[in-house]
Amino acid sequence: MPQEPPPEPAPAAPAEGAEGEPAVPNPERLYSLTGTAAGSERASIDLVTLIVAAEDPPPTLTPEQVSLLRLCTAPLSVAEISAYLSLPFSVVTILLTELMAADLVQARAPIVRQIVPDRSLLEAVMHGLQKL
Amino acid sequence: MDFKSSDTVPGPRVEDHLPHTTQAAVKIVIVGGFGVGKTTMVGSVSEIKPLTTEETMTQAGVGVDDNYGSDSKTATTVAMDFGRIGITEQLVLYLFGTPGQERFWFLWNGLFEGALGAVVLIDTRRLEVSFDVMGRLEERGVPFVVAVNSFPDAPRYPVPELRAALDLAEWVPIIECDVRRRASSRDVLMTLMHFLHTLATRRAPV
Ligand SMILES: Nc1nc2c(ncn2[C@@H]2O[C@H](COP(=O)(O)OP(=O)(O)OP(=O)(O)O)[C@@H](O)[C@H]2O)c(=O)[nH]1
Ligand SMILES: [Mg+2]
Repeated sequence: MPQEPPPEPAPAAPAEGAEGEPAVPNPERLYSLTGTAAGSERASIDLVTLIVAAEDPPPTLTPEQVSLLRLCTAPLSVAEISAYLSLPFSVVTILLTELMAADLVQARAPIVRQIVPDRSLLEAVMHGLQKL
Repeated sequence: MDFKSSDTVPGPRVEDHLPHTTQAAVKIVIVGGFGVGKTTMVGSVSEIKPLTTEETMTQAGVGVDDNYGSDSKTATTVAMDFGRIGITEQLVLYLFGTPGQERFWFLWNGLFEGALGAVVLIDTRRLEVSFDVMGRLEERGVPFVVAVNSFPDAPRYPVPELRAALDLAEWVPIIECDVRRRASSRDVLMTLMHFLHTLATRRAPV
C-alpha cells in the first residue's frame, strides 16, 4: 500500500565552533537551488512520486504545463518527467505543485523506507527481480 | 534549461508506459566513486533506456557578499542516471546512479531518505573513496551492501581481507560482480533485497 512519506527530518543544527569560533559551514548551506522559492513546497514531491494527468488540458495552460500533462497520460515518475522535459527536478516540482493545486494531475506517493520494513513488499521486489 | 515546445518533447515509448494500475514506486540508490560503474549498472538492469535527471545549483561565492549585487555565483549542473524495473502491475522499482560526491545528494529531495537501500560499488584500486560514502549512508540510516566491480586489471582480494580493509561489519554482505552483465547486476540487487529482508526479520544491530 502506498504510504505517505515521513515528514522531512528537521534540518541539522548548524555546527557550532568551539569557543564561539565561526562554525565550519555545512557545504549544503553554501548552495541554493536555482529557481526554488521555498524548500517547503518541494517536501511532498519525491523523485519517484508517480504523476498521472487527470484530464485534458484546458486552453489556459502554459506550454510547460501542456507538455507535462501530455507526458503523463500513463503514470510517470517525476524523475522521468524531469528527464524528458530536460528540466531540473526542482523546476519540475514547482510545475507539478501548480498542476496539483489545480487538480490537473494526480500524484501517487512512493513507498519509502520504514524503520521496520514491510516484508511482503521486499518479497514482491525480489520476485520481480527474479523475472528480469 | 530552455524549455522545449510541446511538439518536440519526446516522451516514453508506448511500450515503456507503466500500467495504469501502478500505484507506487520504490527506489534503490547505487553509489560509488568516479568511474566505478554506476551508469553501467543502471543501464544493464533497466527495462527502459536509462535516463538522466539534472539539477542545477548555484554556489554562493564565499566571502564576497560584501560586494553588493555582484553576481559571484557559479552554476553547476549535476546529473544523475536512473533506470526502471517493473515489479508488479502495482509496483515499480527505480534505480538511481547517484553522483559520487555526497555533497550533491541533497539536491534531490528524499533521494536517500526514502530509498529501500543502497548498493555501494567499489573498485579495489581505489578503496579509499568508499569510506566517505559508506559513512554517509550509515549516518543517514540507509542499509547497504557492497558490490566489488571486478575490473580485469584490478587486484583481487579475498572477501575477509576486503571486509577488513573497508572496516565493514560482518553482517554487511559483500559480493563480486561485473556490472556490464545484467544477471550479475541483478544478483547484486537480489543480495541487497535479501539483506533488507533479513534486517526486517530480525533487527540486526545497525
Ligand atoms: N572491465 C570492466 N569495465 C567496466 C565495468 N563496469 C564498467 N566498466 C567500464 O568502466 C567505465 C566507467 O563506467 P561507468 O558506468 O561510466 O562508471 P560511473 O560510475 O557511472 O562513472 P561516473 O558517472 O563518471 O562517476 C566505462 O567505460 C565502463 O564501460 C566492469 O565490470 N568491467
Ligand atoms: Mg556515471
